[in-house]
Amino acid sequence: MTEREIMEYDVIIVGAGPAGLSCAIRLKQLKPDLMVAVIEKGAQIGAHILSGAVIEPEPLDQLLPGWRENPPPVCVPVKKDELWFLRKNSRIRLPTPPQQKNHGNFIVSLGSMCNWMAEKAEALEVDIFPGYAASEIRFDENGAVGGVIIGDMGVDIQGNQKTTYMQGIEIHAAMTVVGEGCHGHLSKQLIRKYELDKDCDPQTYGIGMKELWQVQPGRSKPGLVQHTTGWPLDSKTYGGSFIYHLDKDRIAIGFVAGLDYEDPEFAPFEAFQQMKHHPMVHELLEGGEILSSGARAIVEGGYQSLPKTEMPGALLIGDAAGMLNVPKVKGTHQAIRCGMMAAEHISEFASSAGFDAKLRDSEIVKELYKVRNIRPAFYQGFWRGFIRAAIETITMGKLPGTLPIHADHSTLLKRDVYTAPDRQWVDRDLSPRDRLASVYFAATEHDEDQPVHLKILEPDICTTRCVEEYDNPCTRFCPANVFEMVADSRVNNDSGLRLQINAANCVHCKTCDIKDPYQIINWVTPEGGCGPNYQNM
Amino acid sequence: MKILVGMKRVVDYNVRIRVLSDGSGVDTDGVKMSVNPFDEIALEEALRIREAGKAEEVIVVSAGGDACQQQLRTGLAMGADRAIQIQTSEGLQPLSTARAFLKIIEREDPGLVILGKQAIDDDNSQTGQMLAALWDRPQATFASELILNGNSARVTREVDAGLETIEIDLPAVVTVDLRLNEPRFVKLPDIMKAKRKPLDVFSMEDLGVAIEGNIEIGHHTPPPQREKGIMVEDAAQLVEELKNRGLI
Repeated sequence: MTEREIMEYDVIIVGAGPAGLSCAIRLKQLKPDLMVAVIEKGAQIGAHILSGAVIEPEPLDQLLPGWRENPPPVCVPVKKDELWFLRKNSRIRLPTPPQQKNHGNFIVSLGSMCNWMAEKAEALEVDIFPGYAASEIRFDENGAVGGVIIGDMGVDIQGNQKTTYMQGIEIHAAMTVVGEGCHGHLSKQLIRKYELDKDCDPQTYGIGMKELWQVQPGRSKPGLVQHTTGWPLDSKTYGGSFIYHLDKDRIAIGFVAGLDYEDPEFAPFEAFQQMKHHPMVHELLEGGEILSSGARAIVEGGYQSLPKTEMPGALLIGDAAGMLNVPKVKGTHQAIRCGMMAAEHISEFASSAGFDAKLRDSEIVKELYKVRNIRPAFYQGFWRGFIRAAIETITMGKLPGTLPIHADHSTLLKRDVYTAPDRQWVDRDLSPRDRLASVYFAATEHDEDQPVHLKILEPDICTTRCVEEYDNPCTRFCPANVFEMVADSRVNNDSGLRLQINAANCVHCKTCDIKDPYQIINWVTPEGGCGPNYQNM
Repeated sequence: MKILVGMKRVVDYNVRIRVLSDGSGVDTDGVKMSVNPFDEIALEEALRIREAGKAEEVIVVSAGGDACQQQLRTGLAMGADRAIQIQTSEGLQPLSTARAFLKIIEREDPGLVILGKQAIDDDNSQTGQMLAALWDRPQATFASELILNGNSARVTREVDAGLETIEIDLPAVVTVDLRLNEPRFVKLPDIMKAKRKPLDVFSMEDLGVAIEGNIEIGHHTPPPQREKGIMVEDAAQLVEELKNRGLI
């Protein structure tokens, strides 16, 4: 192998999401001479961004004063909040918790907002490289992080070089800022190597799925923010939906299910589709057209699960560390604040040391502390969680005690001890018909002649233990139908099954890496530029 | 020898196209745009010819608004030496594009012009042919192999009946098909270098070309939606259902 080509920067930022772009913009505002680059695996900025998204605008006011005169392409002021508890055919209006009051906030497409932020960063001479995946960390001679290595391109499924082979380069940087978002490929390696999580609880996650709809004229009420909980989830499964009414007869609709669910037969994608068929939602969407769809895991662990965010030569920012505020259902404001704070720290000290302490003393972590017991309160079921959440909210988190967080992969119960509840699921008629149809609206694309980017560490477990114990839950929790168990007479095992990985369908949500009960699925970056091509998500 | 290559900015091939509800066109709001894939193949071929020592300079040309500079920069990052933007805010029809390209040819005097066989947005497949006619030079369309021999070229063309090999004198227009080559990936450092390569801008007025529309577009409609299917029990029922619908 030949020596890799090298590019040098002062700061390399991995991931062009709200955290990474805020960091880049702030760095150049403070020190215009710094050489700053942002590397992004999506084919264009925003292509891999998926969020609700209602955002609190204050951090954006600080980062980009005057942005309100020239707002991002999708930006609708919130006019009204509603929270509904659903039963199969009925609904009850719940009081909107104070954290979910959205007066003064905006409904945006976070994907198009990131694209808009990237233009601002480029105007400040940040080098932004969409379509390139940071596949490895580069360590310097002292064991500190010293940049990243870009994945090779033009490698076939067997690992051989194709005629188009191009070796990935090394990007050397004094400071590496990792803003990959939830459960990032490099973040998880760094957390492991530097034991950043040794003093915190495990991270816990949810899977979020979202669709953008063009509805019949008059049905969307621009600025209306609706959240639901209850049906189609049983009370033991945490989750709910969001319905954000945009302009131009568009509605963003989504569903989040806590990945600490117990039922091995649970299918989050199907739960989302069911929710769309509740009478309240169905009447909104009926006769409309789905424009785009996708999925992404989100961090829910908050305060207890926040790892150390500094290590020699690098910082973790935004949801790569886990700063989303679950009761608020928001993380963008936290990500922007954290990106700015990282930039301010780097420009002042040119070092990662001291960042974590500063972060823990900031509004970002104080906000997480206040709500720390709300998410784990729901471990005891919906209604007990709801009451505890109300108490925690009234006391603003000042009651003593902190509930522990558990790891999602450990919560799944084996099929012989768990009977799935009667979910009362209904016949569906709204698009998409199934997960393959849904992937089509994610416009996901991977060159099929490349190494499979979902690495199964012990493939025998799938066809022996897992099929018995959990009935291969990967075939259900993946929202893109990447995993299939197919009967194959050539295999030599009792089940007669073989795991087929449809890696080209992957929407990079990372759910498999998180929820797999044996922790044998390792999600790695595919060739740069592959993956979903979300529009206005 | 100089080689001129066309680069059109089009909606990316992965994007699910949506027709606007008023039928006036296609929704491009927030949609990913990229280089027409056939034009990438055209550029790759030009670069290979230059790398083989048979050309000195590769120039990429695009007609469109300033947004198309993004595609020209991609072309420069792939390895083109310089770029020319024919600036126009109006969508050009093939004849106007060909006339504007002819003006660039007159300025640059290339030995070879390589274009994609068609753009994946309007699928016209006309600009190359019109350009050759206006220029009064030979054309070889749908090329799957291109071999230069001094002042002539041997071109294998993909035609309905199979492959056809022809010999043309240079300068000429060649339009390329999918099998000609597989375009290279862009190297990161080359993106930085591309930012410093020259990109000249000419307006249609500068070139003295009037924009004409000889094609009038009525309206756009999406293909009809497939209706929901039914499951049949057996062959007899299948035949029955087909008969009922008057299909057999």
